Amino acid sequence: MEIILALVIGGAFGAVLDRIGASNPNVIGRMLNLTNLKLMKAILLAIGVGSVLMFGGQMLGMVDVGHMSVKTAYLGVFAGGLLLGVGWALAGYCPGTGVVAAGAGRRDAFAFIAGGLLGAAAYMATYPAIKATGLLDAILGGNATLGTVPGTDYPGLTGLPGDTLGIVLGLVFVAVAFVLPERIIRKDTRLPAE
Amino acid sequence: MTLDWKIGGLALGLVFFAAVLLVKPIGVSTQFVILDGVLWDAVDPAVVTQTADGYTATNAYLAKSGGKYAKAVANPLNYSFVFVLAMLAGGAASVWQRGGVGPAERRVPELWRANFGDSPVKRYAAAFAGGFIVLYGARLAGGCTSGHMMSGMMQTAVSGYLFAAGAFAAAVPTALMLYKEEA
Repeated sequence: MEIILALVIGGAFGAVLDRIGASNPNVIGRMLNLTNLKLMKAILLAIGVGSVLMFGGQMLGMVDVGHMSVKTAYLGVFAGGLLLGVGWALAGYCPGTGVVAAGAGRRDAFAFIAGGLLGAAAYMATYPAIKATGLLDAILGGNATLGTVPGTDYPGLTGLPGDTLGIVLGLVFVAVAFVLPERIIRKDTRLPAE
Repeated sequence: MTLDWKIGGLALGLVFFAAVLLVKPIGVSTQFVILDGVLWDAVDPAVVTQTADGYTATNAYLAKSGGKYAKAVANPLNYSFVFVLAMLAGGAASVWQRGGVGPAERRVPELWRANFGDSPVKRYAAAFAGGFIVLYGARLAGGCTSGHMMSGMMQTAVSGYLFAAGAFAAAVPTALMLYKEEA
């Protein structure tokens, strides 16, 4: 049963990533150089919609709280995010969208995946040394959520009710998606001033 | 061809919700480690071994957290690994259904071409280097754009916000430096 769900949800995820342009390196480049933020608006809307439905469903007793999986915060999360950001801008792919782009026949996506397999192997080889630096030691409460989510063991960064806060923040994400301009850097800003 | 951002964002949000409703939050980058492990174990079967109560590995990273990565390497037909294979198939079907990506674009993407020329070797070298940095970073962070940024922030995870702050703090300046010509 789980395998069928993997095929259906994974297949839908791949198809949607293609249709919103997330697996197109041109679209990623234009988002990150702030000349076309439509994909950013779609991502913000998606986080908001997912959040409102999940926490709303939990409050109505329709979504199993046990399906949540909150990752631990440590300094390496930020450092790894920085590294991923550089590679994301350079290649135009992140791990999931690189796989989808390979499915689209983009040749550079195969180079990205090959580099990714080597990068993951390099992390496997250096993991003990990284762990010894303390970069992986939990900070900010470890696997914490911003509020305290009822029915979970995740520590709350604040004592606010985590499900209500999740819905409020979800609505904030939706609002930001609508307010964010489609373009921040104007075309003319790089031309010499007259 | 590309969906309106409102429809696309709604569809993407529904997929992330369906995943957490039915199984668990979406994540991708771990599966690069699992595939590495499968390949490594195929060359050297001594890497992953079964124990009395599960699996372990000679590699400390594969053996961590009670050997859960070692277990996935031993049984790659699990939910998370099949999920990523299905992403490839779903993406391919969607691309094919809308008429495919053109040959010039498949060779070198247009924004790259406008800034760095038409050399495929240069582009593939950049994509390879980018892939290396992305996956090293994702494994250091314990997740990627899917697992940390989307699934994490959706669950109000502190780690998701920390990751997104790092990713955009590096990605935006890098892209501003790299892609000065528009295309």
